[in-house]
Amino acid sequence: MHSDQESIKKTIRAYWMIGAALFVFTAITVAVNQVHLAVPLAITVALIIAATKGSMVASVFMHLSHERKWIYGALILTVIGFLLVMALPILTMMDHIGTPIQVAAPSAEHGGH
Amino acid sequence: MSMEIPYIVDERPDTGLTNGKLGIWLFLASEVMLFGALFSTYIILRMGAPEWPHGELNVWLGMANTFILIGSSVTMVMAWASLKLGDFGKHRLYLLGTFLLSAAFLVNKYFEYSTHWSHGELPSKSTFLAIYFTLTGLHGLHILGGMVVMAYFLGPGAKLYKKNPGQFTNRIEYTGLYWHFVDLVWIFLFPVLYLL
Repeated sequence: MHSDQESIKKTIRAYWMIGAALFVFTAITVAVNQVHLAVPLAITVALIIAATKGSMVASVFMHLSHERKWIYGALILTVIGFLLVMALPILTMMDHIGTPIQVAAPSAEHGGH
Repeated sequence: MSMEIPYIVDERPDTGLTNGKLGIWLFLASEVMLFGALFSTYIILRMGAPEWPHGELNVWLGMANTFILIGSSVTMVMAWASLKLGDFGKHRLYLLGTFLLSAAFLVNKYFEYSTHWSHGELPSKSTFLAIYFTLTGLHGLHILGGMVVMAYFLGPGAKLYKKNPGQFTNRIEYTGLYWHFVDLVWIFLFPVLYLL
């Protein structure tokens, strides 16, 4: 029981530090936005910072860094489903159903009298 | 004869988890798919739009709300850690702090929404506003849902601590997992809607 309380006290320090890091990363995201980078670079930077912040919340606050395998199993299935949903825009771009087909103009020998 | 529900405090020997913990994670998995579908919709709409508006939203209000939600995640996890240390008084203070921070988030959102509405910026006006109101509105409903649960544990639900502190601590842990997920969604919503 005593060692359990000691480990909780150590984790509490980690919670405050992660909280502070999340504040700093948010400030960095907004600061980078004020620089007006090119759109593809701005999207990349913002999403990398968001993913870093998200993984900090998930691993420390949600204790995913040391969870049971059943939780990981459920989450792996979710990640596969999530990636499929995220791939939908690509499938939409590849889908040509409904796109007008360019028909070649009839040549003179076939179309003429 | 009363029958107790098993594995609400102790972990199941096969999964190593309490029923509630497995349940909340499965619920969060379904939430990932819900928000994933909406993010995917956002990408499709944005790629198909001839132009996408920039600077429509107040970045500083969005940043303030991000700070508020991060702060609420810290107080939420501290509410659970205080229970683990057996300090019920501190737990209540942290949980009340989380509740107040979530209320501040919604107040901020109210001011944001009312500014848009007063300028006639309704969801029907543009694709951007439609997806903005859909995503932030659904997220706001999740905040409201979390507040209802927190209010319950600050009020009548707190009685359980005297009867069964282990079960109460687990319930606060599940509430926290939900709350961190709501924070995580906002961490992605903020740059996607306000900055890019």
